[in-house]
Amino acid sequence: MNHWPLIGVAVVVLGFVLRLNPVLVVVTAGLSSGIAAGKSFADLLTLLGTAFISNRGLFLFVLTLPVIGLLERYGLREQARRFIERIRGLNLAMLLISYLGIRQVLSMLGLLHVAGHAQTVRPLVAPMSEAAASKMRDQELSADERNQVRAMASATDNVGLFFGEDVFIAFGAVLLIHGFFREDGIELDPTRIALWALPTAILAFIIHSIRILLLQARLKAAAEKSNAPS
Amino acid sequence: MLRLEHVFIAIGIFLAFSAWLNLRERRYPMSLFWAILACAFLFGRRINELAAAGEQLPAQLMGVGVIALGVLASLRRTAAPAESGTAAEREASASQLGGSLFTAALMIPLATLVLVLGERWMHWGSLHAFDPRDHKLIALGLACAIALAVASWITRARPQQSVVEGRRLLDTLSWAVLLPMVLATLGTVFTVTGVGDSISVLMGSVIPVDNRLACVLAYGLGMVLFTVVMGNAFAAFPVITAGIGLPFLVLEHGANPAIVGALGMLTGYCGTLLTPMAANFNIVPAVLLELRDQHDVIRAQWPTALILMACNLALMYWLVFR
Repeated sequence: MNHWPLIGVAVVVLGFVLRLNPVLVVVTAGLSSGIAAGKSFADLLTLLGTAFISNRGLFLFVLTLPVIGLLERYGLREQARRFIERIRGLNLAMLLISYLGIRQVLSMLGLLHVAGHAQTVRPLVAPMSEAAASKMRDQELSADERNQVRAMASATDNVGLFFGEDVFIAFGAVLLIHGFFREDGIELDPTRIALWALPTAILAFIIHSIRILLLQARLKAAAEKSNAPS
Repeated sequence: MLRLEHVFIAIGIFLAFSAWLNLRERRYPMSLFWAILACAFLFGRRINELAAAGEQLPAQLMGVGVIALGVLASLRRTAAPAESGTAAEREASASQLGGSLFTAALMIPLATLVLVLGERWMHWGSLHAFDPRDHKLIALGLACAIALAVASWITRARPQQSVVEGRRLLDTLSWAVLLPMVLATLGTVFTVTGVGDSISVLMGSVIPVDNRLACVLAYGLGMVLFTVVMGNAFAAFPVITAGIGLPFLVLEHGANPAIVGALGMLTGYCGTLLTPMAANFNIVPAVLLELRDQHDVIRAQWPTALILMACNLALMYWLVFR
């Protein structure tokens, strides 16, 4: 067996470690694996071109940009902040844990594209989280803390999406597992595959919620420390 | 019938417009970048049809285009276009428009929801409103159009302003926007050139196959590792399950295949949380939220991923052999 195509993996790892531009790294990795597998350059170009076109679906979120851009120009993020400031008693953890739960339930129902980084996190969840965090401790966030809160908002969207998806039968993951074993002559009941995804979905919710609470506690502690008379 | 192709053409037009705006401002590399990408959307279907029919040249040109995109992406970035409107203007407009801004923003999720759920009733005889194969993606595309109409009406903005603002965000994202597509392309290249098979053969040759725990660990960690490399658990699943899960866990030790499959896939998802290769989940949002470092989203989620991975491995060891 020809193991040389693995060189593409090495190129990727090296490129990311050296922090070269990811797009260039990935294209180079594809070319090196292809050449190592003994493909002609012409065939390799065809493969690159057709595979690139076949994956256009991943670009769809771009269509949300004109709407989000327009609304931001007219103050959407400012409005999201004001909205949170008006709700009494709301804190960062309540906001993000609710979002986590809603996102998991939506993705269990197959509504994967209803929320997302471009659709909901940038225009709504991120500014709301920042507002909730600075409100609960009566102190503006430092640049570093703002960065952490935003990153956590994105992470929460990812965790909610990934660990809800597998619980429902009609979706990609369950059908892929079902199809794989069927090809090898093992017939599985899709509902049972989905059922076994439930413990992990619950664990994901608990673990990530705890981490959100810890972030909130850290932010509060930092504020108390800086407010304490020295 | 609305097809995914129509949505792609809309994207192509948006990209072509962004290319044109950049050209007018003499930002040539950025303009060329969006122009090449616009070609993939406007002519992509035709190119792939020709390639399937044996006419390789257009697909090869697209391949050259992909390489050119890589080179253009690595050029030193020209400064992103300035924020449009001052903070004071945005505050004033927020006071004036208030909650109606949310109506427009929530129109994307709400319209997607209605269109996805309502799809089964949206047909006349055998004529469907949406191509049934891609109806969820088409629903998202159409929801964006509806939300755009609502947003323009609420803000009373001129029609071209939304495209100008959209292009501002597009230029902010620049190469990051492309990363998911080139990574998926790399996934295809890896599959075609047998990278996955190599990995599972090599891993299979080093694990002590008569030890159950070693097999569970090899399968679970194999899923994580390969997902980190490919950026996609779906790509890792068939390779690692065929290489390790099926022969060693299910056939050798009689593990329950439904549980092996479900937990194996979910363990792979922990890998997705860890890797810059899963760019649409990890890198694009970091750029979109203007985080300091493109790996900050991964920094925020790696503890969740590793704890959950450990739980999954324990669950697998505990459940599959019962």
